[in-house]
Amino acid sequence: MNSFNVRRKLLFLCVTSLFITACQTGSDEIIENSTTMDGVDQSQLEPFDGSTNGVDSSLTALEDGSDGSAIALGDEAESPQAMLDKADSALSNRVIYFQFDNSSVSEDSLKSLEAHGSFIADNSNVSVRLEGHSDERGSREYNIALGDRRAQSVRQILLFQGASVDQLETVSYGEEQPAMLGHTDDAWSKNRRVELVYQVN
Amino acid sequence: MNRLVKILFSLPFLVLAFSPLNAALTIEISEGTEGALPIAIVPFDTSKVASKLSADIAQIVTNDLNRSGVLTVLSRKSLPSEPHFSNQVKYPAWRAAGQDYLVVGRVLEKTTGQYEVQFQLLDVLKQKQLIGYSLQTTKRKLRSSAHEISDLIYQKITGVRGAFNTRIAYIRAQQNQGRKYILQVADTDGFNAQTVLESDEPLMSPSWSPDGESLAYVSFENRRPEIFIQHLSTAKRNKITGFKGINSAPSWSPDGKSLALVLSKDGGADIYLINIETKRLTRLTHHRGIDTEPVWSDKGQSIIFTSDRGGSPQIYEVAATGGKPRRITFEGQYNAAPSVSSDGKYIAMVYGDAGQYKIAQLERDTGNLTLLTDSSLDESPSFSPNGKMVLYASTRGDNGVLYAVSVDGRGKHKLSDQTGDIREPVWGPYKRKQ
Repeated sequence: MNSFNVRRKLLFLCVTSLFITACQTGSDEIIENSTTMDGVDQSQLEPFDGSTNGVDSSLTALEDGSDGSAIALGDEAESPQAMLDKADSALSNRVIYFQFDNSSVSEDSLKSLEAHGSFIADNSNVSVRLEGHSDERGSREYNIALGDRRAQSVRQILLFQGASVDQLETVSYGEEQPAMLGHTDDAWSKNRRVELVYQVN
Repeated sequence: MNRLVKILFSLPFLVLAFSPLNAALTIEISEGTEGALPIAIVPFDTSKVASKLSADIAQIVTNDLNRSGVLTVLSRKSLPSEPHFSNQVKYPAWRAAGQDYLVVGRVLEKTTGQYEVQFQLLDVLKQKQLIGYSLQTTKRKLRSSAHEISDLIYQKITGVRGAFNTRIAYIRAQQNQGRKYILQVADTDGFNAQTVLESDEPLMSPSWSPDGESLAYVSFENRRPEIFIQHLSTAKRNKITGFKGINSAPSWSPDGKSLALVLSKDGGADIYLINIETKRLTRLTHHRGIDTEPVWSDKGQSIIFTSDRGGSPQIYEVAATGGKPRRITFEGQYNAAPSVSSDGKYIAMVYGDAGQYKIAQLERDTGNLTLLTDSSLDESPSFSPNGKMVLYASTRGDNGVLYAVSVDGRGKHKLSDQTGDIREPVWGPYKRKQ
């Protein structure tokens, strides 16, 4: 069971480094790289998916050993809803922020999305709406496309963590639903976001 | 249930002219009109009308003409006298008051609520009548008739057809007690606002049909964007697209048969055409970048749109039959949201530079770019049907407000509003002759 844990962590590292590289380049490259990443995703996750049945025992061990990555693995002793409701967990952060006119996910957000991705992958009865938003600058239609791009960036990362296509839905609201009103840098930075809206079926 | 969408449309002419909503919209002349032609408009004689008229025709015409930037109307308190017929006019006094033109008129009540409005446009220097008309109208069409008079005066003096007696559509958002989005149609001076659709979820991107009878728009009422077409007088509507991903920015073709629109069902945001009748889709652009905001050229032979394929958003043009898009803006870091003038010679757009977004006009033959506004968050420019004014949205405090600016930059006015946040204005086509 430890070997599984190690393998999982290695995969995380691999994913993380791949994404950081991808995200540091221009937006077009992200899309191009995603093909490669999808490839990695499928080939590496298959054995992991196959061993899902063994997850329970390894999870108990992880919890006892208070390993920090336990959250990412998903605690099946609790219901998905209970896990989502837990304050201050890695899953409690449901908003990913972005730079101006940019859809790259920051390193910090990537960690958060890894936790979400694993949780979604481990809980097939969970689905997520990825709601993309932008700040008010620039045209409304362009911002719809920008919000879509942001939601797609997040979707790619979640897919890469093993979430299934059927669990993820993206929708872009552009600048139509600001989290904070006003024309300040502060408001703008809070409005450039993707919100993860969970549904437990 | 918050997905509930109410279709609240009523006939434009049946709504009370002075409901609280209408009263909230007022005109404010925000910039002077240096170099404009001086014209005096005498209050129309209403002594033959039994009950007080619901609209001051001379005042409506005054506001219209002042907004044009081409004419400047003498203030009422400076009128040397108040004649109502051309034969009562003492021309030297009007010349002394510095006026080139003079309008006199009167309202007759035929039967209750049925009026005849007569007016004459006089040339003060030549001391003769330029035009004289008699309009049959009703109580509820009084404002419309006033705008028609503005159109006739404007056309006689400038040689260009007036566009005052047309309509605009826009989205009004309300933040109090939860968000509300309202699609409205109003006269060009902001009066007679009529609600076409109201929703708790975003409404966006209204586009007029070329006959002015329908609007296409985007509604999130099903918690995702879908494109609808709604007939205004019957409120009958059809869903046109509801693909996975983006369904945005519909734009009606000049022949009324197709919409240009943006879908992301095949990847990134790309431009498509859809035949409204058959729903047949044609994909026009194939690029990973963002392609959006398609509008038709004047004759419908090409589509002009925004794309960031070159790095930053710029305006491109592609044949309506497809092919390789051609970039048409080169000045500035950011050019988006194109609107094409009815003669096809100009493109109005949002010009962004150093975080400031203004409205600019591009002359297509010369490539000359002229800034029409000088604020910082202007968006959604839309040409009047005669190409002489550009309607756009700007920001004041937390609210969006509508402005119109004349293309020579001389006249600018605001449609102000205290109750909501107004955005995405689109100027409708000329009304059909009845």
